[in-house]
Amino acid sequence: MQKFISLKSIPTYLPLVNIDTDMIIPKQFLKTIKRTGLGKNLFFELRYDEKGKEIPDFILNKKPFCNSNILITGKNFGCGSSREHAPWALLDFGITCIISSSYADIFYNNCFKNGILPIVLNEDKIKEISEYSNRKEEISVNLADQKIIYGNNEISFEIDPFKKKCLLEGLDDIALSLEKSEKIKSFENKIKNQRPWIFND
Amino acid sequence: MPHTLYDKIWNDHLVHEQDDGTALLFVDRHLIHEVTSPQAFEGLRNSNRTVRQPSLTLAVADHNVPTTDRSKGISDQESKIQVETLEANCKEFGIKLFGMDDKRQGIVHVTGPEQGFTQPGTVIVCGDSHTATHGAFGSLAFGIGTSEVEHVLATQTLVQKKAKNFRINVNGKLPLGVTSKDVILQIIGKIGTAGGTGCVIEYAGDLIRSLSVEQRMTICNMTIEGGARAGLIEPDEKIFNYLKGRPMSPKGETWDKAVEVWSNLNSDNGSHFDKEVSLTAEEIIPMVTWGTSPQDVITIEGKVPNPNTEKDLDKKNSIERSLKYMGLKPDTLAKDIKIDKVFIGSCTNGRIEDLREAAKILKNKKKASHVHAMVVPGSGLVKQQAEQEGLDKIFINSGFEWREPGCSMCLAMNADKLKPEERCASTSNRNFEGRQGRGGRTHLVSPGMAAAAAISGNLDDVRKYQN
Ligand code: SF4
Repeated sequence: MQKFISLKSIPTYLPLVNIDTDMIIPKQFLKTIKRTGLGKNLFFELRYDEKGKEIPDFILNKKPFCNSNILITGKNFGCGSSREHAPWALLDFGITCIISSSYADIFYNNCFKNGILPIVLNEDKIKEISEYSNRKEEISVNLADQKIIYGNNEISFEIDPFKKKCLLEGLDDIALSLEKSEKIKSFENKIKNQRPWIFND
Repeated sequence: MPHTLYDKIWNDHLVHEQDDGTALLFVDRHLIHEVTSPQAFEGLRNSNRTVRQPSLTLAVADHNVPTTDRSKGISDQESKIQVETLEANCKEFGIKLFGMDDKRQGIVHVTGPEQGFTQPGTVIVCGDSHTATHGAFGSLAFGIGTSEVEHVLATQTLVQKKAKNFRINVNGKLPLGVTSKDVILQIIGKIGTAGGTGCVIEYAGDLIRSLSVEQRMTICNMTIEGGARAGLIEPDEKIFNYLKGRPMSPKGETWDKAVEVWSNLNSDNGSHFDKEVSLTAEEIIPMVTWGTSPQDVITIEGKVPNPNTEKDLDKKNSIERSLKYMGLKPDTLAKDIKIDKVFIGSCTNGRIEDLREAAKILKNKKKASHVHAMVVPGSGLVKQQAEQEGLDKIFINSGFEWREPGCSMCLAMNADKLKPEERCASTSNRNFEGRQGRGGRTHLVSPGMAAAAAISGNLDDVRKYQN
């Protein structure tokens, strides 16, 4: 997995609440068997008209936002389906950091598996930082220090220490879990005794 | 210390726990389908890993399969590749698969319970957010992303943090014509789409206990629409009777032992819930959604909201946006909303009892002439059962199309979809923008309400068609 250490970018502000995964990447693009190539279809229905032409007013179609790495957005971002195609599409587009006041659980977890940092801030702070999007000025995110730096200000954010470590080091969590193979094995043996119907094949 | 049902299942599956509370949880049952699994298998291959316990995984193709004549295969090339990839992966890794031509094929959340793969007290996961459905059996069931699917395949475990306990009590008796779909829509309207974030919901109360197994599944199914990861219900005799004799259920002495263990799966008296909400069944009225989020519910007697009466600016904007998308004027009566299509099916309401409920309303009646209506059974076995009971004839006689099983217009990945601005009364679970087709407008309802809408040609009160 790609590491996340720090980032500097002009943020994109998309002030919609409850952006669901169908909006992030509609189902017609879930037919792929690959993880890559979804960026061009990110926010498809907001970005393109019925004929497939770019809608010039949509923020991610405009410069400098089309090169933005940070997305600031309304609460409950990523609700709906479990499709990991949503973080894959964001990543493929170049977004590696999201700032919102809340996320749907599965989406939040999926971000960490793909080197994307989802930051939780309260709504007042989000309004404040979103000004930098309006003014097209850069902000910085530093994961090690858990800080966002904007202008002369900075603000800290909370993150689970284990998730932070995985992002900073780009750890493969399957490899980490496989280190516990012996424990898994003895657990399986316990089940075979206590709940034999689980392996009843 | 008293424990909740969720606590107990959690503790029973702890393989390892880190100091920070991050846990490695054993997974008893893993369901996979064609859309969210290909990249997981690709990941396994790229890192030379295998599937740790192939017998604990069950695969079925559902999201992408055609619901019309299947003898010619899948015409959409990408869908075809996806379904074939699932077949190839299952073969390579030794996983049991119900392919497109198998009678047992169906929506993953219909098939699992039907086969007895779903069992009380288990941890069940699937790369699909509606996995919560299986919580109706007293299991901890939740949706995961594709990286997690890969993790489960490789390790038969999942890295998790414990969620909070949230109990929703529903007591009393439901009025005639009101169903468990109305109960869950009412709950989501009450707690909001993020109301359950970070929680596992236990549904309790005498109304919940009085529900059939399938009705319970409808409730647990839509838990995710309330933002919670999982929803569950204490298992009881109804659950055990439902499971007895299913192909993958325990047999003989093992069955007796299983029932003994399952009978202890409950929340202890005095166990702690971080959050609690109560509803009275008698007060629930048939519900419909008017907007583009499942929390946008009104009763069939109600009217669409007016953004001008909303003081919160964000909420006002979001109502305006939804009304615009839905092509509705503020204060429109629910019953004045004319529809173009009706969809009966999905993992929420595509089981036999749902079809019976709709058929009961449709018997000897015709759908309105301008309405296009279809029924997509949740599985091949549901379809077969319905045909044995003659339900297919009732649907066909009232002008419905009778289709092959799958997800179909619930998410419109196959050919079944709404055209822009088409309006649909749907028994599915999501009314997001574009969910049933670009520009399509979805009103979520119960199967009986969908049938009533088909007859009237507009959203209507199922109670007027009750005998
Ligand atoms: S029926 Fe709909 S909600 Fe259920 S699994 Fe299929 S697509 Fe998902």
